[in-house]
Parts: sequence; C-alpha cells; structure tokens
Amino acid sequence: MPGSRFLLAALLFVFLLPVWATPGEVRIAVAANFAPTLRVLAEDFSADTGHRVQISSGSTGKHYAQIRNGALFDVFLAADSARPTRLEAEGIGIPGSRFTYAVGRLVLWVPGQTGIDRPQDYLRNARFRHLAIANPRLAPYGVAAQQVLETWQLWDRLQEKLVRGENVAQAYQFVATGNAQSGLVALSQLLQGDRAGPGAFRIIPDGLHTPIMQDALLLRSGTAAQAFLKYLRSESAARLIRNAGYGLPGHS
Amino acid sequence: MTETPVSAADLQALLVTLKLAGLTTLLLILFGTPLAWWLARTNGRLRAPVEALVALPLVLPPTVLGFYLLLAMGPGGPLAGLSLAFSFGGLLLGSMIYSLPFVVQPLRDAFAAIGEQPLEAAACLGAGPLDRFRSVVLPLARPGYLTAAVLGFAHTLGEFGVVLMIGGNIPGETRVLSIAVYEHVESLDYARAHVLAAGLLLVSFLLLLLVYASGYGRRVTP
Repeated sequence: MPGSRFLLAALLFVFLLPVWATPGEVRIAVAANFAPTLRVLAEDFSADTGHRVQISSGSTGKHYAQIRNGALFDVFLAADSARPTRLEAEGIGIPGSRFTYAVGRLVLWVPGQTGIDRPQDYLRNARFRHLAIANPRLAPYGVAAQQVLETWQLWDRLQEKLVRGENVAQAYQFVATGNAQSGLVALSQLLQGDRAGPGAFRIIPDGLHTPIMQDALLLRSGTAAQAFLKYLRSESAARLIRNAGYGLPGHS
Repeated sequence: MTETPVSAADLQALLVTLKLAGLTTLLLILFGTPLAWWLARTNGRLRAPVEALVALPLVLPPTVLGFYLLLAMGPGGPLAGLSLAFSFGGLLLGSMIYSLPFVVQPLRDAFAAIGEQPLEAAACLGAGPLDRFRSVVLPLARPGYLTAAVLGFAHTLGEFGVVLMIGGNIPGETRVLSIAVYEHVESLDYARAHVLAAGLLLVSFLLLLLVYASGYGRRVTP
C-alpha cells in the first residue's frame, strides 16, 4: 500500500530528524540538585554561542548506569566526584576532561524558627521529632551530613530521629512539607526559594566534612560539548554558580 | 553465592516487607469485602464515582500518590497529628490505598458472578444474612478471595514509590525490600542488588503463578 509506505517514510524522517538537524546541540546528564542552575547557565550559554542544550535531570547513580550502558549523553554533570572518576577509570569519556564545576554547601534548615545561634546546640538539644538528611549511602550531601554529625558526636544519639531521603531533594521535601522539623540540606535548594519563607538556616562550616565536589566529565567530544565545558569554566558561569549557592574549588 | 551473602539489614528489610504486605492484604480483605459487596450489588447513583475512586490508585504515579500523602501527613494536612509520616503505620495506610483496586476489584467480580439465585434459594431455606454470607457467598467467592489476596500481597511487595516518599528509610520500621534493592543499585553494589532482585522476582512469579494456575480469568459460573 503506497499510503503505508509513505507513512513509514514520514515516520523515519521524523525519527531521524533530531540526529540530522542538531550539529550544535549538547546533551547533558545532570544531577537533579544542579538542574535548576544548569537551566540558567544553558540559557546564558545558548544566547552566547547559539548551541542548544538538552538537559536530562536525574540521580547520578542512574546516570552512571545509563552511561555505562551506552546512553547518548555528551556531558555528565555529576553530584559527586566518585562516579565520573569511576567512569574515567573504566575507559568511558574523554581522558583528562574531568574537573570540579561546583562545590555543594551544607546547611542546617529549621523552617519553624526565626534564628539558629549555633547549629551544634540546636542538634544537641534535639527538640525535634525528625531530622532529615540525604541517605549517606546514596548521596554526597548524606555523606557530608553524617560526617558533621559524627564530628559533633551526635550520629549515634540522633539515629532514632534521622529520616533519610534518597537524595538531598527528598530530604528538602521532608522538611518543606513539615513532616520533619529540620534537615541538613543544600544551600542551593534554599536559595531557589520557590516556597514560602525558608525560616532559619545556618551554613555548616566547610571544614566539618569532606568537600561536596561535583565533577563534570566530557563523554563525547564535539564542538558544542567542548564549547559548553569551556563556558562552564568561564568567569560568567562561575558567577551564576556562586549565586546559586555553590562554592568553587580553590575559592570556596 | 558465598561472595554475596544477604546482610542482616537486608533480612530486616525482608521482614518489614512481609509484615507490611501481610497486614495490608489482611486489612484490605476485611475492609474491601463490604465495599466490594456493595459495588457488586448496587445500581445507585454513587456506584460509578466510588468505582472510579477505587480504581484511581492505578492511574496516579506512586511517587505522586506518595507526595500527596506526605502533604496530607504534614502539619497543614488532614492527617496531621497522627504522626504517620516515617512510621510503619503511615506505610500501612499508604499501601492500603496503593493496593486497594487489586483487592476490591477481584472481590467485586467474584460477588457479581454469584448472582441472586443461590442467595434466594438459601433465604427460602431459612438462612439469615450472616449464614448466607458464610455458607453460600464465601465458598463460591473463594477463587476471588485467593486472587484478591495474592494480587494485594504481590502488589504491596513491589511497592516502591509510595514508600520512598513517606517512609524515610528507617531500618526495621520503613525500610522495605524494594528500597533496599534501590539503595544497592544506586550505590553501585550490584551484586547485592541482584540477589535481592532475583529473590523478589522469584517470589512474585510464584505468587502470580498461583493465581493463574487457580484459574483467574476463566469464567467460573456456579
């Protein structure tokens, strides 16, 4: 039937369209915590260079598994440095392209309070039912939270009150919905501020935990992808990243 | 298999899962029976909306359902004050909503298939309502009960999104098997994940085999 053949050809054309028509496109797998910041960066980058950016936001663990199994991303913006390092060691990605694009900052957030004098006192007094953290097995913010609580010798004492989100986004959610009275979350989340007043929060001093390094890895070299990584290291990108609540390596 | 023993934490997750699935199924059978009975018998105006409500958990993505439960359990929500968030009780409530259609629908179909005649005959022989239910409805609806129980149990076994949202991953309380598998996968501990996932698959397959071998889907006319 000529009709169905035409339909087949049309479908093929439509399916192949994105492959042909996008020499200037970067496909980025980004950790969910950085996705809102990346959207701002992508706009700036596209306005500058004309390249388009396709963003897939998700968990770094899932992205790792997808990339290992051949997912077509050009750039990996991870939530940690472990997964990009591992990919690099496994011979995936462009060797030597890995660098830290942002350093996460941990905050104690207590929406129901107007101020926090010292975070360690608030946690020691423990006048809350639940403290939300990201799962230390899954999320770098969780590892940092555990280290901070261990440094203050509160890790064992607070076990009963800890609730663990699969990532820091979920820890934030537990607090934002009022089910947990406080949480150790990311500064970048509080600065997004799409919800009513964040209440009190205090930045946890960086020295209390290993830095939450978020690494980038170039997976496929192409003009657009390389241009994006160059932009990511530029001064104008650094300003946007800092405004979003992240530190940068070297000058936190 | 010597390389990948199931850890104590995973065994604990298994126990929580079995307890959750068992209690959810039991409670749903208890509360689902009158509801399914009513749905099978009534022609009233409320039937369609209630039927739709019962089927709704099939439509909503579990994480969305979980997110609304989380909001409902929060300080401003209708369930505030029950301290359900991050507790086994909260998971139980969430699972009952999540698995509701899987229990109520087979029961409703089983009751509908019985028809009026056996009940009228029993009434003529002098059986009261309770006696009719016990000695006529229950035996005739037995395949329906089996299906409802197995589907409810299996569906709760595989529950993930709702638990993820309202559980808080507390060992011995809200950390279930699917969460444990997910945690292993996400932290790249694939060996442990495979063991748990294979176990979960095997149990689920056997449960479903039980349903289909018992004749679910074939018309059973009394």
